[in-house]
Amino acid sequence: MKRHVLHPLWVAIGLVGLILLARVFMVPDDFGVHGPSFTYNYYRLSNIQEWKNFPVKYRGKESCAECHEDKIRMTRRSPHKRIECENCHGPALDHPDDIEFLPTNQDRALCLRCHASLEYPNNARSDLPAIVDRHHKRNRACVDCHNPHNPREDAE
Amino acid sequence: MSCSRRQFLKDVVGGGLVAALPASAFVFISSDEAKAALAETKVRWAFLVDTTKCTGCGFCVTACKNENEIPFDAPVTRTWVERYVVTKDGQTHADSPMGGRDGFTQREIHGQEIEPEDIDKAYFVPKLCNQCDNPACVQVCPVGATYQTPDGVVLIDREWCIGCGYCIMACPYGVRFFHPVKKVADKCNFCYHRITKGLQPACVQSCAFGARRIANLRDPDDPVTKIITTERVAVLKDEYGTKPNVFYIGLDENVR
Repeated sequence: MKRHVLHPLWVAIGLVGLILLARVFMVPDDFGVHGPSFTYNYYRLSNIQEWKNFPVKYRGKESCAECHEDKIRMTRRSPHKRIECENCHGPALDHPDDIEFLPTNQDRALCLRCHASLEYPNNARSDLPAIVDRHHKRNRACVDCHNPHNPREDAE
Repeated sequence: MSCSRRQFLKDVVGGGLVAALPASAFVFISSDEAKAALAETKVRWAFLVDTTKCTGCGFCVTACKNENEIPFDAPVTRTWVERYVVTKDGQTHADSPMGGRDGFTQREIHGQEIEPEDIDKAYFVPKLCNQCDNPACVQVCPVGATYQTPDGVVLIDREWCIGCGYCIMACPYGVRFFHPVKKVADKCNFCYHRITKGLQPACVQSCAFGARRIANLRDPDDPVTKIITTERVAVLKDEYGTKPNVFYIGLDENVR
């Protein structure tokens, strides 16, 4: 074969060799087919553990009850017992270790998520007690009059 | 037909090589390996949405964004709530402002006030990743950065994703988006870090009305699995053949 054909050929073969060599170092050992299907199970296995290690932020009512049993007892007698504490108080994270006080959202907008009047027939939303925002004590906070832990009682 | 010795030898060697190639593709596994593979499939995560219970408060979207570190004010979200209002003139009005993150507190839909007496029906539909049995998003990934775990959840490898966006286009449900901070594709993973610890997904926990529930389809005693298997449930866009695993109670034909 002529030189002008051979030279580029060696260069091409060299490049392929380099890429194959780089691949050995760059592709992790646990990368491959882990499961029944090449189409859906071709991945880096340790990534599953990485996702499992993602930090949990919302701890749930049971976790709150460890210290705030009194508040939980108050909500138990109320229609608000179904609401998670962290919906209004924010995600606990590692409270009280990392955050001493959780910032409570007392904004009207938070209550209006459920209690803004939407007259929809045959919709669970219409079963909730509701107000029209602009017609109901426009400049007051809801918690001035309503106790969020038990709305059937007056504010604390 | 004539055949030289040279040609004959060539054909035999060449044909033998071609025949040997597929044989190497067969992998024989031992009985122990087969057992281990079966043990992995004791869990198959699925989801049940009861649209008749959803009130459009949007606490699920807020909880999801906080739990999964999705930028709060960016117009992207792993789960969202859609509102559908069907009026007496046969029109369907749908909206999902900021994915329903702040709840639905206004009557107006896209600036249009709809009088209560004009409404035939109205409902809220929460949406999230369907963790399909045949995920189109995984098929198109050119680098193997997204995949299906043995328990059925589709995950994204943030180290491996190159951000090409093929998967975002491929998902028929539009659940994938480009994470504005991590610069990779992102989507709901049923809060994989929570369900694998025995916790509920953040959206399920925050739902005060029981509209969202998580199920293990491989556990016949799971109460939510019982609902999925014995009651009348529907899935979104069945015609795409993706075999979605988010089941809906009360799904209306107007839901897209």
